[in-house]
Amino acid sequence: MSQFSSSFWDFYIAVITLVSVVACGVFLKMQSVRKVAGGTTETTGHTWDEDLGEYNNPLPRWWMWLFYITIVFSLVYLVLYPGLGSWKGLLGWSEVGQLKQENARAEALYGPIYDKFAAQDVVALAKSPDALAIGQKLFLNNCAQCHASDGGGSRGFPNLTDNDWLYGGAPTTIEQTITNGRNGVMPPWGPVLGAEGVKDVAHYVMSLSGGAADSIRVARGRETYAKICIACHGPEAKGNPALGAPNLGDKTWLYGGGEPTIVETVTKGRNGHMPAWKDILGPAKIHLLAAYVYSLSHR
Amino acid sequence: MNIGNHVVESAEQSLYEVRQKVYPRAVRGWFAAWRWALVWATQLVFYGGAWLTWNGRQALLFEIAQRKFYIFGLVFWPQDIIYLTVLLVIAALSLFLFTAIAGRLWCGYACPQTVYTEIFLWVEKLIEGDRTKRIRLDRSALSLEKVLRKSAKHAVWIALALWTGFTFVGYFTPIRDLWREVWSASTGPWATFWILFYGFATYGNAGWMREQVCKYMCPYARFQSAMFDRDTLIITYDPERGEPRGPRARNIDFRARGLGDCVDCGICVQVCPTGIDIRKGLQYECIGCAACIDGCNQVMDKMGTPHGLIRYSTEHALENKLDRAQMFRRVFRPRSLIYMAILAGIVVAAGVSLALRVPLKVDVIRDRAAIAREVAGGEIENVYRLQIINTTEQSQHYEISVSGLHEIHIAGPAEVEVGPASSRVLPLELRVHAEREHLTPGAYRIEFEVRAIGEGAGKVKVEEKSVFIVR
Repeated sequence: MSQFSSSFWDFYIAVITLVSVVACGVFLKMQSVRKVAGGTTETTGHTWDEDLGEYNNPLPRWWMWLFYITIVFSLVYLVLYPGLGSWKGLLGWSEVGQLKQENARAEALYGPIYDKFAAQDVVALAKSPDALAIGQKLFLNNCAQCHASDGGGSRGFPNLTDNDWLYGGAPTTIEQTITNGRNGVMPPWGPVLGAEGVKDVAHYVMSLSGGAADSIRVARGRETYAKICIACHGPEAKGNPALGAPNLGDKTWLYGGGEPTIVETVTKGRNGHMPAWKDILGPAKIHLLAAYVYSLSHR
Repeated sequence: MNIGNHVVESAEQSLYEVRQKVYPRAVRGWFAAWRWALVWATQLVFYGGAWLTWNGRQALLFEIAQRKFYIFGLVFWPQDIIYLTVLLVIAALSLFLFTAIAGRLWCGYACPQTVYTEIFLWVEKLIEGDRTKRIRLDRSALSLEKVLRKSAKHAVWIALALWTGFTFVGYFTPIRDLWREVWSASTGPWATFWILFYGFATYGNAGWMREQVCKYMCPYARFQSAMFDRDTLIITYDPERGEPRGPRARNIDFRARGLGDCVDCGICVQVCPTGIDIRKGLQYECIGCAACIDGCNQVMDKMGTPHGLIRYSTEHALENKLDRAQMFRRVFRPRSLIYMAILAGIVVAAGVSLALRVPLKVDVIRDRAAIAREVAGGEIENVYRLQIINTTEQSQHYEISVSGLHEIHIAGPAEVEVGPASSRVLPLELRVHAEREHLTPGAYRIEFEVRAIGEGAGKVKVEEKSVFIVR
């Protein structure tokens, strides 16, 4: 868009705008009076269909002044606000500036409502109906898209209503998760283990939570687990909250606990992404949200 | 326009005209009494309505920020916008009907522009005197009396206008609080702006603009003419009876001299608030206020001739010399009958709908991202968001139930309390054992029922459709 980097186009726009505004005034002036033939002042002089004349029903003079006022208004406007090419306007108004102003006003208006709760700890807030009412609204607006309206989660998005936590369910941990987000990475093992190797591991994983599994595959899978998976999921397969590695010994599954799903998980890996909310919500709202999330599993 | 070669001279002609100030002369009579009755009626409702209380709150309050409109016992929510639509439809149809029957009745008697102009004119007459005195005062040189009279008039006008602006804002923010704020000069920026703006509009329109509003600004005035027909009652001068007009002594037999009933006194022109001469026939400026009828009838009384040289009549009646009974029978013509039927239908429907209105609203929103999930025990779970709006002014308990699938049930509590005139969002999980119920993957229609329970709940319930997805 090289043509927009030249100042010629700013100039071009400014000239067109100004000429149009001034031309409106000139045109108005020209059309305010007209020469008429003597004795025919009753009609406007327009004739249609041979003999249809139009009476001159003049507008009031004050109406004409309104037109001139719009011209004066537009000139004043163009001086005060950005409108003429790259001219920024004397008032220094900008869209971004207005947004900032409105945000600041909203912050001043609503900030105290959230700040009131900032001093209390999450466990106490989780029992306060006022805090939970606000927390629920925040949750429904920001979190429910992935974690569902009841916080029950869906495939790939953890259930927040149970006591099973990927990164830990302590109030400060929840707050940290919301603030900074999380990235849960399960690497793909298909290329390393091969189809059969993956299936062996899958059967071992299924056996950990008491599922039906082929005992030969389980035995082979156990060896692979001890070499590879143990690094993150731990020797007892209880997972590791520091990494967000899930517990494989329970019946809670993030992506599903059937054989095909586990095979897919091991083969292709998984990427769990919780976005960071600190820039969007700010600490006061996150504090309330954490309380709400905490309350979901501590009813 | 055949000008041919006869152009002799040319002149400059302005396409904009300088306004000729109209000095309407005060008039008394049957129609003026009607107009004053409507001034009182509309202004008592307007100035007084805002002060009424109902159940400990303002009876008429339109809270824009809260999005709640209180009208006596009713609370309207944004979801009730249909009633506003219906109100506008009723207003429009009434206008069609009244206009078809008797022309610009609205303009002449009830329009705020007319009503406030009438009040402002009354003030003007009180302070500056009637028409001739006002004309003389305006033409006189600047004097102490002129300054005093003019400033007194404007002071009263401005006071009236500010009171009007204050009352107007009092419908949108509690008027008693506003009253205190006004006295402590602590009204908010928007309240201040609207009081001043509405006050300025009243002062400007009723004091200065007057007939200019009707002639040049009002769109209504222009499209009303499209609703006239030949049986519409309009204010007409009867030229057959009146012409040839002319002054005459009271005791002569003017008919023998070939004169009509019109004495050409010009009263009809002097009383006209838009400054037209009704004897030229129906004009678009005529707002149908009937001041000229009252004025003319007074003169007819003095002259000993019957009333009605200027009267409400129809084109048809004038042409065919219909008597009053024949003329009024034509009020019931197909056009007005159709308007009446539609209007009555809509009014009855709106009344019934209002009477049967359930003070509870429910919106069901299915979670879109999480389609269906399997929970312990092999059940399929769907998540919904129920927005429950309690439009009563008491706290209410509601019980939620669901039907449409065998054994479908709500996980968790199915009761909720919603505060007075507020709404609550309730996430809700529905479960069904798909395998046991032999449900194949797909969407199944279900229906929620939200029912008020507890004392005095009555039969308040709402049903809302949704779907349950099995996969």
